[in-house]
Amino acid sequence: MPHDGHHHDHDHGSELAETELRVRALESLLVEKGYVDPAALDVLVETYEKNVGPRNGARVVAKAWDEPDYKAWLLEDASAAIASLGYTGRQGEDMIVLENTPETHNMVVCTLCSCYPWPVLGLPPTWYKAAPYRARSVSKPRSVLAEFGVTLPDATEIRVWDSTAETRYMVLPMRPAGTDGWSAEQLADIVTRDSMIGTGLVEAAS
Amino acid sequence: MNGAHDLGGGHGHGPIAPDPNEPLFHGDWERKAFSLTLAMGFTGQWNIDQSRFARESMAPGRYLETSYYEHWSHGLEVLLADRGLVSEAEIQAAKPIGPAKPVQRILKAEDVVATLQKGGSAKRDEAGVGPAKFNAGDRVIARNINPPTHTRVPRYVRGRAGVIDRVHGVFVFPDTNAKSADEKPQWLYAVRFEGQELWGPDAEAGACVYVDLWDDYLDPA
Repeated sequence: MPHDGHHHDHDHGSELAETELRVRALESLLVEKGYVDPAALDVLVETYEKNVGPRNGARVVAKAWDEPDYKAWLLEDASAAIASLGYTGRQGEDMIVLENTPETHNMVVCTLCSCYPWPVLGLPPTWYKAAPYRARSVSKPRSVLAEFGVTLPDATEIRVWDSTAETRYMVLPMRPAGTDGWSAEQLADIVTRDSMIGTGLVEAAS
Repeated sequence: MNGAHDLGGGHGHGPIAPDPNEPLFHGDWERKAFSLTLAMGFTGQWNIDQSRFARESMAPGRYLETSYYEHWSHGLEVLLADRGLVSEAEIQAAKPIGPAKPVQRILKAEDVVATLQKGGSAKRDEAGVGPAKFNAGDRVIARNINPPTHTRVPRYVRGRAGVIDRVHGVFVFPDTNAKSADEKPQWLYAVRFEGQELWGPDAEAGACVYVDLWDDYLDPA
């Protein structure tokens, strides 16, 4: 980073401490005023810590690799095809799935905030929400991919999808060679979160 | 608004530095900022576009120096103060001063999972808004608009020409929804912009950007 790290950490550290205090004050105020049910807060957190995460998206991908009819449905009407597996709702109401091929590589960003398909991928990682990825993915996608260790042939077109509306995008990565005959669960095991954002590729390595 | 949140194309922010062992939340305050924001969103005192505008309204220098959940807690405080639900004095005192104002709904623990799974689509009925202005393949220009209020047309596409890739359907228009809760539903499209059109000679070869844009952001090219 092109700034004085120590100075920055110090400033941000005290600001963060201030934010922590204010958030704690907000919680007790909102509970005391009766606007929020404290037990509901716990369920909200638990849902995304335990139940809703990239394993959901991995199952969608594995099924699409395994069943051509499902894949066709997923690419035609992603919201319905994903809902058929029980993954629905907040921040994934209107889904689009983008298929990666040797000719076309898709990757997803939200330059304006951090829109992300929660029902299939859970909550986004910090790098997805931070300025470096949001700033450069649209202008220098190949160099961004290189930071994730991904190098694509020059002939592969890179399509970057900026999530500026309420449509939510998920990438259907390429199925790696050497996975013929694998079960859907085995396939789901190798599908990574980043491959469904488009900043990773799926590999068959054990 | 032309705030620090509109990051596309910016330089100098440093490496991306993904952390493979990152926890979902970095400490309890992030859990609280996240869950309080969702629970208060459910009370019906504001919509998602008003909530995004509240986060964007952070002073640009501060926005860039703070993290995602700091943006969220800032946005929540702004909305709570604006709606008269929690005052700055109450946050300072960490206890209620005035009586609670009534809210439309309160999210109960037993309803959380079903509420999240139900979600709330921004898609609206196509009847009554007329046919889509553009079809796939049409050339368009993103309008060069600079409202000080909420908008979802990023600076890096304003005034640039692209091609309609697909028609998504009719969706709530964020600019008016943020300003006055006027949904003004209209057609939404994915628009493809070539790298050269956006970044000139500094574009990478064989790269393009797709941006979701509404009728009110587009003119025929």
